[in-house]
Amino acid sequence: MSYNVNEKGYYGEFGGAYIPEMLYPNVEELRQKYLEITAEPEFKAEFNQLLKDYVGRPSPLYFAKRLSEKYNTKIYLKREDLNHTGAHKVNNTIGQILVAKRLGKKRIIAETGAGQHGVATATVCALMGMDCIVYMGEIDIARQAPNVARMKMLGAEVRPALSGSRTLKDATNEAIRDWINNPVDTHYIIGSAIGPHPYPDMVTRFQSIISEEIKWQLKEKEGRENPDYVVACIGGGSNAAGTYYHFLHEPEVGIIAVEAAGKGVNSGHSAATSKLGKVGVIHGCKTLLMQTPDGQITEPYSISAGLDYPGVGPMHAHLAQTGRGEFFSVTDDEAMNAGLQLTKLEGIIPAIESAHAFAVLDQKKFKPTDVVVISLSGRGDKDLDNYIDYFKL
Amino acid sequence: MNRISQKLQEDKKILSIYFSAGYPSLNDTVQIIQDLEKSGIDMIEIGLPFSDPLADGPTIQASSTTALQNGMTTQILFDQLKDIRKSVNIPLVIMGYFNPMLQYGVEAFCQKCAEIGIDGLIIPDLPVDVYADEYKATFDKYGLINVFLITPQTSEERIRFIDSVSDGFIYMVSSASVTGSQSGFGNTQEAYFKRIGEMNLKNPQIVGFGISNAETFNQATQYAKGAIIGSAFITHLKENGSSKIGEFVKTIR
Repeated sequence: MSYNVNEKGYYGEFGGAYIPEMLYPNVEELRQKYLEITAEPEFKAEFNQLLKDYVGRPSPLYFAKRLSEKYNTKIYLKREDLNHTGAHKVNNTIGQILVAKRLGKKRIIAETGAGQHGVATATVCALMGMDCIVYMGEIDIARQAPNVARMKMLGAEVRPALSGSRTLKDATNEAIRDWINNPVDTHYIIGSAIGPHPYPDMVTRFQSIISEEIKWQLKEKEGRENPDYVVACIGGGSNAAGTYYHFLHEPEVGIIAVEAAGKGVNSGHSAATSKLGKVGVIHGCKTLLMQTPDGQITEPYSISAGLDYPGVGPMHAHLAQTGRGEFFSVTDDEAMNAGLQLTKLEGIIPAIESAHAFAVLDQKKFKPTDVVVISLSGRGDKDLDNYIDYFKL
Repeated sequence: MNRISQKLQEDKKILSIYFSAGYPSLNDTVQIIQDLEKSGIDMIEIGLPFSDPLADGPTIQASSTTALQNGMTTQILFDQLKDIRKSVNIPLVIMGYFNPMLQYGVEAFCQKCAEIGIDGLIIPDLPVDVYADEYKATFDKYGLINVFLITPQTSEERIRFIDSVSDGFIYMVSSASVTGSQSGFGNTQEAYFKRIGEMNLKNPQIVGFGISNAETFNQATQYAKGAIIGSAFITHLKENGSSKIGEFVKTIR
């Protein structure tokens, strides 16, 4: 079975491009050109050079000794938190802005939840001298103030999304409306592995540098390319898609996805889509999505703004449905404690999103000989206020 | 013959009105439809509210949200409309996003529409290619017309394709925008209306988005068969409640 996208834009029954006609010319242009553009030698050279000299890649694969001792298994951390701008998001924004330039676009729009994708987009827009507008839910603007300040300093305009739950879903709606209103000069840099085809595949390809590096880094350290498990947190699923990509068709590698359970999967305040979602259409793709029996999209909840999304990318919906991926749900409390534990044991403060991935160590027992690679997708600087509030530090 | 096709054969410009079902109050739906027909409206688009209406501007977003807060659901709308054909003769179209229809079951949804006497559907986020491959047979089985959108950016080739798949009218979006977001048409729109008019498509075109008064209605229908008013009518409902519908219609023509 293939876990990659097929030529019609589907992963199994998930994916496609369920978009209003107003978006068709832009999405179709992208669909026709993204593979060709990203395969050009000049594109690859520019992309790789920026990842190396600007982002600081390769990001280290770090053996977490004290964490490994505590859980009696071999744990490696893929240090996406050390990237310029503090998370994996920049891998994709670099790729997409290079595509946007080649499409002749002058104006960039983006949505953001935690603000990491907004910062990564504002950063590459500053780098390339392009106009940048970032849509962000009003609630998220309040809980991610440092990232809002960064975006403004980088020259981006941050526009609050005031509808619905005023979080990531609504920011995405507003960005899509902006694109409808500006169909000629604008490129929409989607930050997650969601949206109409070709976005999930394009974002996944740009993020796949994560698993590409894991392979050769692990070969150096362990003498083998394939770990026993790769673990990542999932909101829309971009860091997870990149972490899994080169292991999808390696059956000996277990794929572990960690979703935000918020206050508990069945508490009514959760973002655990694989448990609570049904097949539906959101933001241009068919995927698993949290909704009422009547097909209205449910307001999700997570303490982590980056996981506070009612759907998952179509690739992940397919991994969940086929059983190729093993999905776990982690509550706010479990994630916060896992984040504090990583800080105390390894001296690394993770983003609250990434902290969810670490909480799986308390839910799944690994063997002492297992090599487990956990994607440390972002750093926790932006979450200091949340950590301080939560732990009364 | 489908009521839409019949209406399109009449020698007149079509004035169509959109409103969100369940707005301003849950049980206003039937009364609004009846009043619109009495006021001389030619066709009605009944909006099935959705939590995340991507193609809609603030006015219709707000009316959808209110309708959902009022308790509107797909089933309640069908229940409200079950006897509509005892009192209303003009064509009725349901306009809504795809996800609620998918959850109801596309075939069950179409069957219910046919039972009630709904004549067509407008589903902005169901692309014409997916429709042609997966759903056209079902729509045809229940005699429902599915209406597709075109915009100033739609290529001629795609317009011809949409024309070939369509069997009623083409919904011509006046300009690159979400609903309710402009005032007045300029030369660009005129040129676009004219360009499409001169393509000699088999389906007549009805213009939507940005029609708010007699001036924009007349501009839009200079080349097209008709026009649709949405946000401006919802604003009228918001300010005047569901009475005085006739007064609104009189300001248009």
